[in-house]
Amino acid sequence: MAIAVGWLVRQTLNVKPWIEQRPVKNVDGEGALPLPPVKVGLGVFLAVATSLFALLVSAFFMRKMGADWTRLAVPRVLWLNTVLLLLSGVAMQWTRAAARRGQIDGVRSGLIAAGVFTFAFLAGQLWAWQQLNASGYFVATDPAAAFFYLLTALHGLHLLGGLWVWGKTTAKVWRGVEVGAVRMSVELCTVYWHYLFLVWLVLFALLLST
Amino acid sequence: MTSVTHDESAYVPPAEVEEPELYHPKTFVGKYIWSQDAKVIAVQYAITAIGIGLVALVLSGIMRLQLGFPHVFSFITPSNYLQFVTMHGMIMVIYLLTALFLGGFGNYLIPLMVGARDMVFPYVNMVSYWVYLFAVLLLVASFFVPGGPTGAGWTLYPPQAILDGTPGHNWGIILMCVSLAFFIIGFTMGGLNYVVTVLQARTRGMTMMRLPLSVWGIFMATILALLAFPALFVSAIMMTLDQALGTSFFMPALVSKGQHLNYNGGSPILFQHLFWFFGHPEVYIVALPAFGIVSDLIATHARKNIFGYRMMVWAILAIGGLSFIVWAHHMYVSGMNPYFGFFFATTTLIIAIPTALKVYNWVLTLWRGNIHLTVPMLFAIGFVFTFINGGLTGLFLGNVPVDLPLSDTMFVVAHFHMVMAVSPILVVFGAIYHWYPKVTGRMLNDTLGKFHFWFTFLGTYAIYYPMHYLGILGVPRRYYAVTGTEFIPQSAHSLNEGITIAALIVGAVQVVFLYNLIWSYFKGKPAGGNPWRATTLEWQTPQTPPKHGNFGATLPVVYRWAYDYSVPGAAEDFIPQNQPPSKKARGLEQTLDAGELGAQTRSASGAPKPVGGSS
Repeated sequence: MAIAVGWLVRQTLNVKPWIEQRPVKNVDGEGALPLPPVKVGLGVFLAVATSLFALLVSAFFMRKMGADWTRLAVPRVLWLNTVLLLLSGVAMQWTRAAARRGQIDGVRSGLIAAGVFTFAFLAGQLWAWQQLNASGYFVATDPAAAFFYLLTALHGLHLLGGLWVWGKTTAKVWRGVEVGAVRMSVELCTVYWHYLFLVWLVLFALLLST
Repeated sequence: MTSVTHDESAYVPPAEVEEPELYHPKTFVGKYIWSQDAKVIAVQYAITAIGIGLVALVLSGIMRLQLGFPHVFSFITPSNYLQFVTMHGMIMVIYLLTALFLGGFGNYLIPLMVGARDMVFPYVNMVSYWVYLFAVLLLVASFFVPGGPTGAGWTLYPPQAILDGTPGHNWGIILMCVSLAFFIIGFTMGGLNYVVTVLQARTRGMTMMRLPLSVWGIFMATILALLAFPALFVSAIMMTLDQALGTSFFMPALVSKGQHLNYNGGSPILFQHLFWFFGHPEVYIVALPAFGIVSDLIATHARKNIFGYRMMVWAILAIGGLSFIVWAHHMYVSGMNPYFGFFFATTTLIIAIPTALKVYNWVLTLWRGNIHLTVPMLFAIGFVFTFINGGLTGLFLGNVPVDLPLSDTMFVVAHFHMVMAVSPILVVFGAIYHWYPKVTGRMLNDTLGKFHFWFTFLGTYAIYYPMHYLGILGVPRRYYAVTGTEFIPQSAHSLNEGITIAALIVGAVQVVFLYNLIWSYFKGKPAGGNPWRATTLEWQTPQTPPKHGNFGATLPVVYRWAYDYSVPGAAEDFIPQNQPPSKKARGLEQTLDAGELGAQTRSASGAPKPVGGSS
């Protein structure tokens, strides 16, 4: 919100359009952000996702005040998963650097590494579900467990959406396109992966604090 | 008179535009069904929204029959009645108004008004419509599942939404929640387009402060929707889990029919917070586009620049920001801390300030304007009246001690119908009469339009004015029948009959509007490119209706704001946004600056000809 307000002030909301007849600048979309539309689109989407997760976090805290709330022993495997997700982000960053240097081989191996780590993370999350279920907590057993399943599921779905774009990009690289054709997708994926890692850190801290 | 500098150096040649990378449909299906053209998507959204809106209109007619003549119609059972109330509310607020303003008008007007060839992500835009249609079909499907649609009221409050006694507590509520979740996913796809197109795809010279207010209203409403709908999404998912998997997010420990249910410790108030964190911005998601559009209608049809453009933009931004911190005024009766209520009553009263500013500015735009009482103008003025009425009762309800006795009475029903049902729908009608010529190339029939306006406008007053009185008497809302209740006098029952008759007449008159829409499409008077002699870019397109790509070979360049109506010294009483300034005009302005009265009479000889005007 603060970013939005800051941006709006920069739009010179104080100009008087009815008397102002300054020469038209020879640029398209005067006052637009100096970014390609897809990046702005991703930014707006991240704002929506932030709103979603922030509301889930506040719901978590409100529900936590309930009398029946008990602590949840979080499966250990989540620590490993955190490292896996971090590694997938690092691999994405490395891919991005390779794409900027124009090395298609680096892009290919980087994308594959990032994909492998991400799938490993998702498998680890399912493993955590399995463990929690085995220890007697299914979704309806306990409010903290219900939040555990809900938060990890929504985070995982967001990651799956990212993997869809990752899949299309990897397929393109496989077919042997120029680096230029995938550079933007790689940049967007990198931002998105870092974002989902940050969200995961917040959610993980939340789940540890039950 | 402020000096206006016009000089040749201000002219900028149109940019060398490369052949745009537009999607080129080859078949009928590609052009009209799986279309990626924002204008076609807009019409798809509008037809779907109006179609499902008609269902909700029929439901309201049935509700009114029951309220006016209780125990007469055997096909309306108490369960049916609650289901009709619920579906009427949900459809009208979300599936009609939100979809029509943002999906319909947003898609049509944003690219044309900002001078873009299309939305920035046309494919995502297309998917947005089909996801919306899927959500509508899920909603319709709930009428045909065992138990019928949910009857929990449009607010879907738990625990009753999923308890045995409520109609549709099984399939109905789940389909409702899933349909809402899909609606939100579809809307998010569209919303990304609307925001990024306004930010990044404006044409040369179209600064944010030269945008028509319609675009500002839709832009801000979209931002509100993008940030507020996740709250509804979260609550819909949690509600589905509570109902289907037996979690206790919202469901407290309960004894139902002598049996302990398996729920424990959930918080119904949590649902109310989430729901209204979405629900209050939703009011402005519907109202802000209406505010923006009505500003343009009034300025165009009063041939006058909008009074206080900057103030209007600031007010839209202020209302958008404030709308996120007033939600709990819907929850005064939930037993909240009095200080909490005091805070929300204060913010509620503060939001009246920017809203009142807008009302003053509309009235001051009309003041001494050259008012043309065209059908769009009639609807716009009707909106101002209705919005003032509905807004004033909002001040009553915003205060905790006044709200407590009036809560859940017909007074509330009257208030929110005036302010967020009738007011926006009057703007929808006005906007359709205004832009239909651009969409189809033909004018809507004027006589039928005036007939439609007067019956709708006066009819809605016949419906909702008496309802305030019923509310003050204490007649509760959502009740199947209140006969045999001591404190409700006989006069209230006859009043209810009168309201029902008015409601049925208003409902029937909408058939005239539909007939007009269809008849004029084939037989209407050809409109030409700019029938209202308006300044904004959508009226300056080379073809009407605009072809795919909107503006032909070169995109327009914008030299002025959207409200140059009745400019002294100009040849016509409007100057299109894309008309370059000229030297001759400069001479005239200077004479005006020198204070020579009568300069306007000289305009016939020396003023510039508008480019692309009514030709």
